[in-house]
Amino acid sequence: MVSQALSILTSIVSLFVTGCDAVEVLAVPLLLGNSCSPSVPLTNFCLVIAPNRAAELPDDQRIVITGVGLTAPNGNDWTSFREALLEKRSGVQPYEIRYFGKTLAGICDFDTNRYQKKKEVRRGTRAGSVGVYAANEAIQHAGIDWNNTDRSRVGIYVGVTEHGNVETENEIYVIKGFDYDTSCWSHHHNPRTVANNPAGEIALNMGITGPHYTIGAACAAGNAGIIQGAQMLRLNECDLAIAGGTSESIHTFGIFASFNSQNALATHDDPAQASRPFDVDRNGIVVAEGGCLYVLERLSDAKARGAQIHGELVGYAMNTDATDFVLPNPERQAECVQMALKKAGLAANQIDLVSTHATGTSSGDFQECKALRTVFGDCTNPRINNTKSYIGHAMGAAGSLELAGNLLSFRDGVVHPTINVDQLDPDCAIPGLVLNEPEEGKKIDYVLNNSFGMLGINSVVIIGRV
Amino acid sequence: MTPAEIRDEILDILEDISPDEELDSLDDEKAFRDQLELDSMDFLDIVMELRKRHRVQIPEEDYGNLASMHSTVTYLEPKMKDIVKS
Repeated sequence: MVSQALSILTSIVSLFVTGCDAVEVLAVPLLLGNSCSPSVPLTNFCLVIAPNRAAELPDDQRIVITGVGLTAPNGNDWTSFREALLEKRSGVQPYEIRYFGKTLAGICDFDTNRYQKKKEVRRGTRAGSVGVYAANEAIQHAGIDWNNTDRSRVGIYVGVTEHGNVETENEIYVIKGFDYDTSCWSHHHNPRTVANNPAGEIALNMGITGPHYTIGAACAAGNAGIIQGAQMLRLNECDLAIAGGTSESIHTFGIFASFNSQNALATHDDPAQASRPFDVDRNGIVVAEGGCLYVLERLSDAKARGAQIHGELVGYAMNTDATDFVLPNPERQAECVQMALKKAGLAANQIDLVSTHATGTSSGDFQECKALRTVFGDCTNPRINNTKSYIGHAMGAAGSLELAGNLLSFRDGVVHPTINVDQLDPDCAIPGLVLNEPEEGKKIDYVLNNSFGMLGINSVVIIGRV
Repeated sequence: MTPAEIRDEILDILEDISPDEELDSLDDEKAFRDQLELDSMDFLDIVMELRKRHRVQIPEEDYGNLASMHSTVTYLEPKMKDIVKS
């Protein structure tokens, strides 16, 4: 703690040295614990950006976001996605899938042929197409001179909730028409269903010869992909990481049927109102597809090429409930958030925006709120929102997409609200919730992004404004 | 099926397999691989589609007969002559 305090003091001094405007120097306690009761208060630090532990690392160990590529049910690039959130535009639509029938889903409408030939789309998977689109968009957005990039030093780390269900269901459906003659089972099934497929299709499409694989982490996968990419950059296993998560889950009837059997699939007469985390009348999950991949680089490399930096990974954590297949454990979730805060060297009250995982299930939302209450207590600074209320649950892409939806708040100072909260569930009534209307004029320096999944996998990332 | 009908069927399968290719100018005497971007998985698609659509079985040792349109139609003619085009 002493070294932490010293290093923070050093950061404070450096901020003054670099000319922090005296007007911006406010007497705000800096907390070294993870509650709002100051254990070791320090005052008079510059609010231009609160110091964090990552900033003390050498530039080749600091990981920054330099590109964002995505497709969401309500937007096919970062800007339009953000606009949809600020305009409270849902991407949930009526949907029908074999065997299960009519339901609702978050459906993407990106141009599959922008970066893939028709033949590639036919041969590959939906997850592959989502990934190819997001990866190409991210590289373009990052302004990278791709033709002169050493692609053996590019790594691809794609988080997925599941993979292979879509193709297996398709093949069983096909051979059913041939009295289950397995000689009619496609030779494409194995390359489509190997677990690395969503990352491998990106490598094939973009000629990337560095490492590629998926990170199977249930619905914590979007964050897990980002964390993996950052770790590999720090280990110098690659110079550029394409990292995040993808989902093709709406194309498997099994996921709808399983959530339905679990009484956890959302229904609503108005599709746009079906995904309603924190509302007392929430009745389950809206399954969504989508993908969001980031270009991650070491700060030293990003600076060297003069890249625009959209945020820095200042903290992260993953842990495990080890208590149940599906029911979350708020104690472990709270520990995960606290671990991420500790790694970032930040106090709970220094987080400006918490992007929740809440999916719209009765118990899951309550449990996450319980965890957040444990960590953030009655902190007055953090604002709390939820992006699934617009797009549904994009499974492996959820964490990375929801983070992307919030990162532009560094620039626009707006916290998009959780929509569809007509009557807040008292069990979810935690301080800082931004409901139904955006909050403008909020200075955002740190976004904390929760992403949790089945089998008790928890992930948290904290991105700082640079 | 007549040889012309078999040819149409193969063209229909190729349109599915190679949707980016222009097939109007296909030379029946030239190898598919010299005119189209086809790999071994694509040839397996031809085999699979003939199996699914017409229950025509092509043993692996006969795959060489699928080199060009002409050789394919010649090879398939006895196997498909009794199939009525739907």
